[in-house]
Amino acid sequence: MTVRLADITAADIAAERARFPRAYAPTPRERVHFWLIRGSGAALTVYCLYRFGFFSAGFLHGVSKFGAVVVAQLFPPTGFANLPMFVMVMGETIAMAFIGTLLGAVFAFPLSFLASRNVTRSRPLQFGTRRFADLLRSFDYLIWALIFVRAIGLGPLAGIMAIAIVETGTFVKLYSEAIENLDRKQIDGVMAAGGDGLQRIRFGVLPQVLPMMLSNTLYMFEHNVRSASILGIVGAGGIGFLLADRLRAYELQEACLIIILIIVAVYAIDYLSKVLRERLIGDHRRREPVDDAAQT
Amino acid sequence: MTTPAAPRGSPARFEVEYAAYRRAKRIYAALFGAAFVVCLGAAAITAKFDVVTLFQGLPRTTEFLVKLVPPIGLATFAHDMSEWYWGIGKWLDSLLNTLLMAYLATVIGTAIGGFLSFFAARNLARHYLIYWVMRRLLEIARTVPDIVWALMFVIAFGIGPLAGILAITVHTVGAQGKLFAEVNENISPLPIDGVRAAGGTWFQEIRFAVLPQVIPNYMSYTFWRLELNVRSATIVGFVGAGGIGHDLFTSVQLLYFADVGAILLIVVATIMLIDVLSEMFRHSAIGKASFAQ
Repeated sequence: MTVRLADITAADIAAERARFPRAYAPTPRERVHFWLIRGSGAALTVYCLYRFGFFSAGFLHGVSKFGAVVVAQLFPPTGFANLPMFVMVMGETIAMAFIGTLLGAVFAFPLSFLASRNVTRSRPLQFGTRRFADLLRSFDYLIWALIFVRAIGLGPLAGIMAIAIVETGTFVKLYSEAIENLDRKQIDGVMAAGGDGLQRIRFGVLPQVLPMMLSNTLYMFEHNVRSASILGIVGAGGIGFLLADRLRAYELQEACLIIILIIVAVYAIDYLSKVLRERLIGDHRRREPVDDAAQT
Repeated sequence: MTTPAAPRGSPARFEVEYAAYRRAKRIYAALFGAAFVVCLGAAAITAKFDVVTLFQGLPRTTEFLVKLVPPIGLATFAHDMSEWYWGIGKWLDSLLNTLLMAYLATVIGTAIGGFLSFFAARNLARHYLIYWVMRRLLEIARTVPDIVWALMFVIAFGIGPLAGILAITVHTVGAQGKLFAEVNENISPLPIDGVRAAGGTWFQEIRFAVLPQVIPNYMSYTFWRLELNVRSATIVGFVGAGGIGHDLFTSVQLLYFADVGAILLIVVATIMLIDVLSEMFRHSAIGKASFAQ
């Protein structure tokens, strides 16, 4: 039997709907569930807006002040006389990121073998190392920087330590994932050719994991240049100190110059690292979600 | 380099070529090593870093970390804990503020970022200029770190959570706008053609052809963003933009070590809990979505 489109009447459609209600619409229960989630989400949003004063006159005042005082006074950037000094401090920032990332990689390398399921036999040791790495990672760079500034004083060393600690956590996670994805066959091959333990690691393990580790390390270096540029806000060295200082002193135009400098430096490092990654290991992967790659 | 006596494919020829290959690789590695050492030296000089200061700093750090936890006896456990967490009410209130700040910033930021993402997707933007301008705007919003936005908003809105929420919101708009735009660019164009063929407007195209394809990915990114925003909300307080970071910052400044330890413990517990919850929600959201398709 053929049914032509013109023959279908509204009554037919209604009859079909009555016969197969679930094909046309969600059940009442699903509908309640759906609106309950939406409703509570919306209610919570409205409550938050109210709680934090979005409905007050102060909010409108703040908006106009933001436009008039902050945005309008950012441009044009000034303070080009200080530019050489800013560039120097930006160099310090990049150096902090470099040393911090390197230290993190050095600390993490042995730990990552401990944290790998296929290397460490002792389950508690492996699990404990993983959780320890998670603990290091779960505090933000700025929190560590705040602690280190108190413990070892103002300056880039506190920032380097903050980056090194967070990165140790991140690298243990990333490296041990690389190690757990090892292909046994290459190790077996070296073993079959009569290789001893050291040779198995040198020719069976390292060729598989090193490119991955190198790529991740470069990648996190990129990320850490961003992080290092704000650590100075709590006094842990780098350009963040100058930026916070200028903003707090209402020197907005000079702050604007510093922000532009940071953006340019971040883009330059991203580009450089991408080129290096491609040259070294043929890693053509695209940039991950920009800002917070540490948590991926 | 090869002698004419060794024909192609012969073992002798192989030995010669292999030696040349090894030599080239070694030179390459040595050059890279040298460049690396030079970089490291330059970095160490610029950042005034040396191993001696590092090792002088380490014991002081350990001393500091030990001071974070006050002596807790097994017999007087309850008493010691209540002493340590004397400010628990105040801190939990700050923590609630922190979580709500992150929630609100995620909601507003995702709404705005999601809306803008349609203009920042190459396949959906009606004009290349709109696409280009939108991409650059989103880039600025997320390249400037949220704590820098917070510094600026504190100038206009004064000290308090409002400045923090706005700062995280701006950053969220930038990040979500970019991620969502990339999701939009990966959709199948066929449903769009369908809606267009049936005479749909631009908004109908978005509503009936694009959204059904992208919502699962949006959900996943949004849970992830909420997780990241909770982290951000704990630190914007360092510059006076509200949340538990403010309590942490003051305690550190005033050298109330036990308080610092107590707050850090609250923060780490929250972050870890959020990690677990977010992962659960993300899996259930994606699971449902793929089941529905």
